[in-house]
Amino acid sequence: MKARTIWRHIKESFKSIKRNGWMSLAAVSAVAVTLLLVGSFIAILLNVNKLASDVEEDVSVRVYIDLAAEEEDQEALQENLEEIEDVELVVYSSRDEELSQVIGSYGDEFGLFDGDDNPLHDVFILNTSAPEATAEVADQAEDLNYVADVNYGGATADRLFEVMETVRNVGAVIIVALIFTAVFLIANTIRITIFSRKTEIEIMKLVGATNWFIRWPFLIEGALIGFIGALIPVSIISYIYLSGFDTMMSYLSGTYFALLPPNPFLIQIVALLLAIGIGIGGFGSALSIRKFLKV
Amino acid sequence: MIEMTNVYKKYPNGITAINGLDVRIDQGDFVYVVGPSGAGKSTFIKMIYREEVPTKGTVKVGDFDLVNLKAKKVPYLRRFVGVVYQDFKLLPRLTVFENVAYAMQVVGKKPKQIQKRVLEVLELVGLKHKVRMFPNELSGGEQQRVAIARAIANMPRVLIADEPTGNLDPETAWGIMDVLEEINNQGTTIIMATHNSDIVNRVRHRVLAVENGRIARDQEEGLYEYEG
Repeated sequence: MKARTIWRHIKESFKSIKRNGWMSLAAVSAVAVTLLLVGSFIAILLNVNKLASDVEEDVSVRVYIDLAAEEEDQEALQENLEEIEDVELVVYSSRDEELSQVIGSYGDEFGLFDGDDNPLHDVFILNTSAPEATAEVADQAEDLNYVADVNYGGATADRLFEVMETVRNVGAVIIVALIFTAVFLIANTIRITIFSRKTEIEIMKLVGATNWFIRWPFLIEGALIGFIGALIPVSIISYIYLSGFDTMMSYLSGTYFALLPPNPFLIQIVALLLAIGIGIGGFGSALSIRKFLKV
Repeated sequence: MIEMTNVYKKYPNGITAINGLDVRIDQGDFVYVVGPSGAGKSTFIKMIYREEVPTKGTVKVGDFDLVNLKAKKVPYLRRFVGVVYQDFKLLPRLTVFENVAYAMQVVGKKPKQIQKRVLEVLELVGLKHKVRMFPNELSGGEQQRVAIARAIANMPRVLIADEPTGNLDPETAWGIMDVLEEINNQGTTIIMATHNSDIVNRVRHRVLAVENGRIARDQEEGLYEYEG
């Protein structure tokens, strides 16, 4: 295609959007509303997902060391623990540290147990590489020497993992369904816009325009409408997420929870929305005019 | 130039519009196509620019074999044959200038050439002062003239006009005839379907009378010979 013709098609599509005034506005709004819904839901769902994972990651296996263990026994135990598959990190916490945590959480009254009265054990805290491995790791740790007890929340933690799995699956299904809905709605809007121009397309054909000569401006016009329509939700979502992110993060500071950071998460959502808008807009209109071209 | 041999056209609803038609039209001819309504005039005309394809027989226009013409090639035929439609078929959202220019953009002409030629043909049809108007701001006669300007912008070898004076007052109709004569003098073949006996009888040209789906009369400098 000649550069002149490409330029002509681009100019033509801008002109057409302007002259179709209300119709273009209606299409842009429909795209904007749809993508705003999709974008917000995806942002919320993925963050819920992230929080769910944070909860799971927070589950660690506590290995209580037998009171009879000497220092070298403890070291040997630590090595053994580190060798278990799926163990990512082994942190030692002495009984004194444990007690001061209890005091910190439950009050100074527990200071009574300070020193030799401390009933607590020294502890190894294990972090697993995957939440699902927790139970298996706990089982293996229990068999080692000088292990008094192993605790990871047991049935409660297992239940939590199950719930989280469901949350994740449901979220994925909803996201896919939402994207399908968006694609369908946008394609349909574009189709209605073009339907009103059926005679126009037929006339173009009768004047001797080739199919692609007619198709290009419509394709560009559809992509432009999709693009403009996507810009609105993109800016709304970006604004809300960026300002909401800092507020939420200050609430969550000191916990294991964190929202997905805007970079790259927000950028990915923006890219997704723009891609849906432009892609479906352009393709949708190119496909919609197909049946009118048979003149 | 244009040659139809033993052409039949039967519509899906069972009506046979063209029933064994033979005709030959040479380059530079000016031909009136007359005949009662429903005699097959429109179908005959539509087969020249392939809005209709014959059920049987051959239609040749220039180098185009219309019966075997691939859909992809149809746009090129439509550039070779300019058509003026009874209902004008102007693009409603384009100005007068843009409507005529469209036909030239389709061919890939340079903007400068387009600018020059569009003004030239609009002057020929007497509408140079209305280039920025939209079709709905024009009278029927003016729209008809824009349609003619568009049809001749690419200097087609054949110009087909389906009732170009049908909806117009006599004075405007004569104006249109002047334009068509002018174009014919430049060597373009003109095929004009009409019910206007006044024009046919006063501006004498070859007359093709279509009746019952075939050519009933083919006469140089013929008369209209139908009532009203």
